[in-house]
Amino acid sequence: MLERLYGRKKLQLFLGFLIGIGFGFLLDRGGATDFNIIVDQLLLEDFRVLKIIFTAIITGMIGLHVIVKLTPAELQPKRCRWKPIIIGGLIFGVGFAVLGLCPGTAAGAMGTGAVHAVFGVIGMLIGAGIFASVYTHIQEFMSESDLGPMTIPDSLGVNPWWIILTFSIVLAAVMFLLEIAGF
Amino acid sequence: MNPFSSELWSPYLVGAGIGILVWLGFLLSNKAIGCSTAYARTFGMAEKFVRGDKVEEKTYYKRFKPEIDWEWMLVLGIVVGALLSSLLSGSFRIEMVPRVWENTFGSSHILRFTGALIGGLLLGFGARMAGGCTSGHGISGTSQLSVGSWLAFLFFFIGGIVTAVLIYGGI
Repeated sequence: MLERLYGRKKLQLFLGFLIGIGFGFLLDRGGATDFNIIVDQLLLEDFRVLKIIFTAIITGMIGLHVIVKLTPAELQPKRCRWKPIIIGGLIFGVGFAVLGLCPGTAAGAMGTGAVHAVFGVIGMLIGAGIFASVYTHIQEFMSESDLGPMTIPDSLGVNPWWIILTFSIVLAAVMFLLEIAGF
Repeated sequence: MNPFSSELWSPYLVGAGIGILVWLGFLLSNKAIGCSTAYARTFGMAEKFVRGDKVEEKTYYKRFKPEIDWEWMLVLGIVVGALLSSLLSGSFRIEMVPRVWENTFGSSHILRFTGALIGGLLLGFGARMAGGCTSGHGISGTSQLSVGSWLAFLFFFIGGIVTAVLIYGGI
């Protein structure tokens, strides 16, 4: 039944839209559409954003691993191209601090009336466009360090639930310590 | 510190809600929530509009077709969802220059818009090089226990923290 749902193209676009509405609503209620809250996180003065992400990861990883066991939905881990991930990740990080928003939260910030976020979105369109244009020239760099769609449990050869348990405990402990420290 | 604290929900509640949306994406659509490909596709659509169908011949657009897909609709939904949330809470307001930016760079609109444009440029380029953003790698990818996504998540924050401290940290 779910497989038939996956094949219904127009309904799928509508579902994407609905999930996006929920996502945008939650990002705003979490404060993640606010430049000040994101930059205060990067300055390590306020840990709201990290608490949101860590809780989302704990919830997400437990649920996803149940879902892929019980339904036709499949995990789709991205390929581990470590060089582009590190270099691209650092470039992303610089932009993250300068714009004070990321691709998802900038879209949300536009919805809350942040005019400057519109310029951020235009910048992201151009940045992604530049990447598409130079892609053919950097294909070797993009593929030389490709380790494939690697997951932590696969690479360690252990049952994913051990990793889920360990990560949940560690992330929860970090959040607990942050609360105790008054953040 | 934040003037709208009364409109903010607990980060744990929000995080759990986002985690559930990640479930729904997989369960209902067999899709991982992510945002940055929508930007590449949109630029491709604009390029196609100006330069015609030959744009689709670009290697990158063969992988990420310049068309409206699930993720594109998700990003559109984010704009609408945040608009709804801010209207309901009363926090919707036209913001030209955010407070923390103003503390460092002053209240010039042009300076903030230029900064936002440059920041966006780096984000768009970096996200496509890394293969995802704070959502695709940082939430969906990490939840799938992908090695690359945890690495990306780490480097997004290393780059972000160092840059923020250098720019806004007042050192």
